Amino acid sequence: MTSASPLTLNAALPDQGPAQRSAFADLSQETLALTRRLFLQLARRPSTLVAGVLQPLIWLVLFGALFAKAPEGLLPDGMSYGRFLGAGVIVFTAFSAALNAGLPVMFDREFGFLNRLLVAPLRSRSSIVLASVLYITSLSLVQSLAIMVTASLLGYGWPGGAGLLLVLVTLLLLVFAVTALSLGLAFTLPGHIELIAVIFVANLPLLFASTALAPISFMPTWLGWLAALNPLTFAIEPIRAAYAGSFSLQAVVLEAPYGDLTGLTCLGILAALALGLFLLIRPVLDRKLS
Amino acid sequence: MIHLDQISKAYGPVVALDGLSLHVPAGSLYGLLGPNGAGKTTALRILCTLLAPDAGGVRVAGLDALQQPRQVRERLGYVAQEVAIDKILTGREMLHLQGALYHLAAPHLRQRIDDLIQLLGMEGWIDRRCGTYSGGMRRRLDLASGLLHQPSVLVLDEPTVGLDIESRGVIWQVLRQLRDAGTTVLLSSHYLEEIDALADRLAILDGGRVIAEGSPSELKRALGGDRVTLRVREFSDESESARVQQVLQGCPGVRQVVVNRAQGHSLNLVVDGEAVIEQLRRQLSEAELSVFSLSQSRPSLDDVYLQATGRTLMDAELEVVGNRDPKAERKQAMR
Repeated sequence: MTSASPLTLNAALPDQGPAQRSAFADLSQETLALTRRLFLQLARRPSTLVAGVLQPLIWLVLFGALFAKAPEGLLPDGMSYGRFLGAGVIVFTAFSAALNAGLPVMFDREFGFLNRLLVAPLRSRSSIVLASVLYITSLSLVQSLAIMVTASLLGYGWPGGAGLLLVLVTLLLLVFAVTALSLGLAFTLPGHIELIAVIFVANLPLLFASTALAPISFMPTWLGWLAALNPLTFAIEPIRAAYAGSFSLQAVVLEAPYGDLTGLTCLGILAALALGLFLLIRPVLDRKLS
Repeated sequence: MIHLDQISKAYGPVVALDGLSLHVPAGSLYGLLGPNGAGKTTALRILCTLLAPDAGGVRVAGLDALQQPRQVRERLGYVAQEVAIDKILTGREMLHLQGALYHLAAPHLRQRIDDLIQLLGMEGWIDRRCGTYSGGMRRRLDLASGLLHQPSVLVLDEPTVGLDIESRGVIWQVLRQLRDAGTTVLLSSHYLEEIDALADRLAILDGGRVIAEGSPSELKRALGGDRVTLRVREFSDESESARVQQVLQGCPGVRQVVVNRAQGHSLNLVVDGEAVIEQLRRQLSEAELSVFSLSQSRPSLDDVYLQATGRTLMDAELEVVGNRDPKAERKQAMR
């Protein structure tokens, strides 16, 4: 069996000098390796990716068809329902993907894989979180782009140039915020059953209580208030404006019951939310990962 | 190389470690023996910086594990009991991941992985997904992960539990080679034979503390006396055994005579040395008793355990079997 001499396997060996390598090199090595693992999993079990694209696609096609004959005047500026719905579905796609960010982490906790990571001399254990953020951000952006392409093929338009940039920035901010929330839950809840339950319960109500499927003007007052406070709305409206073309950050994109919001304000709220959530979950991560 | 000093750890009301002290000399193969629930896993988890003790000090390779956990992790390989493996990755991918977490440079890492694959006999299946591995394959892969970064201390938690003979043989051989090459190896086990066969020194744990410590031969010698199993007939009845017991009880050099009902009322004796056995034979023929069989053995580690705790390791195992709470244990292991 073994032809290797004990010396090649042995250990009483030069201690690898930890000081010789920069902290950044170590950090990127461990983060990339952890991210690579998540992508390998995805490549070999692509059902997450497929379902993540299929579900919003079904929304887009079925809901688009369902309300294709929506009465004139329901939507501002005589917009077609498909075009209106596009922004909502794009945001919902990114949101759903990010909401699942905590699942792989939860499974690692449950199966003890996390312990394997914790006995390793990681330069910083934030690389575990960072890898999840990198993975889920790229995954959700890819899914959103797939939906955007499909929507444009269905004739619902395409945001050009600066608009596209705005769409990406908006999605990024939302994904960061929701990922933070999901990771925080993954480290606090006792197991994956509970996490999936929370995801399940949060998902659809947040969709319905937003402006993804209908404008605030169409909603009863109480729901209008909810929608105007829903983070999804703050992502949907700038993207919808970007799709409408001739976009300005200073222009009002949301007429909320409590006042008008510009695109810039919406982005500011999303950024604050992402930052706030990361600050909120930091103590949790510190406690669990120290 | 490893110093645990007065370690205490409780999970709520359950005391897992109660002032445990352990000193493992550099370059030794050291065994931690004890029944399930004795605190072996908790001690190893504390040693590997996965768990903070409630009280006490931990030093590994001259470093304070509580103050400099990262430096300790660099020098320490840990093969955990609960085999955490990513089923979707191949064994080789797992090793590459592990190597990156220990910051090994790519060319060196590749070479090292190839060496370990050869050493542990993993060529045939290392590029298959881990989900298809048997327990023995997983354990070998785990051992390889623990050795990737050439740690000066290797810690294994029950590395051969439930393994096939071949995998066990491979792991034993590698552990011996490592020790011979200067690595300090600490392994826990509740198999007496394993510790007896492998360990230079051992500590017996019970109730979260060390109850005996030394080399296997030291411990057995300290216990003293030879074990004799005597039958005057293939199957004696109770009264005959009782009579033999009476005859032998008073003999000089006979420490203890016990009737073993489970084995045809044979007699288990503890005696002081060879000479006593001749004396026994004489005594028996004087009492007109024949000898059907008489076998002699040195004390085993089980006798050491029995002496220290008043019960056999098997009894201790059975005692805790019903008391274990897998859910609570999983929770302890979860972060």
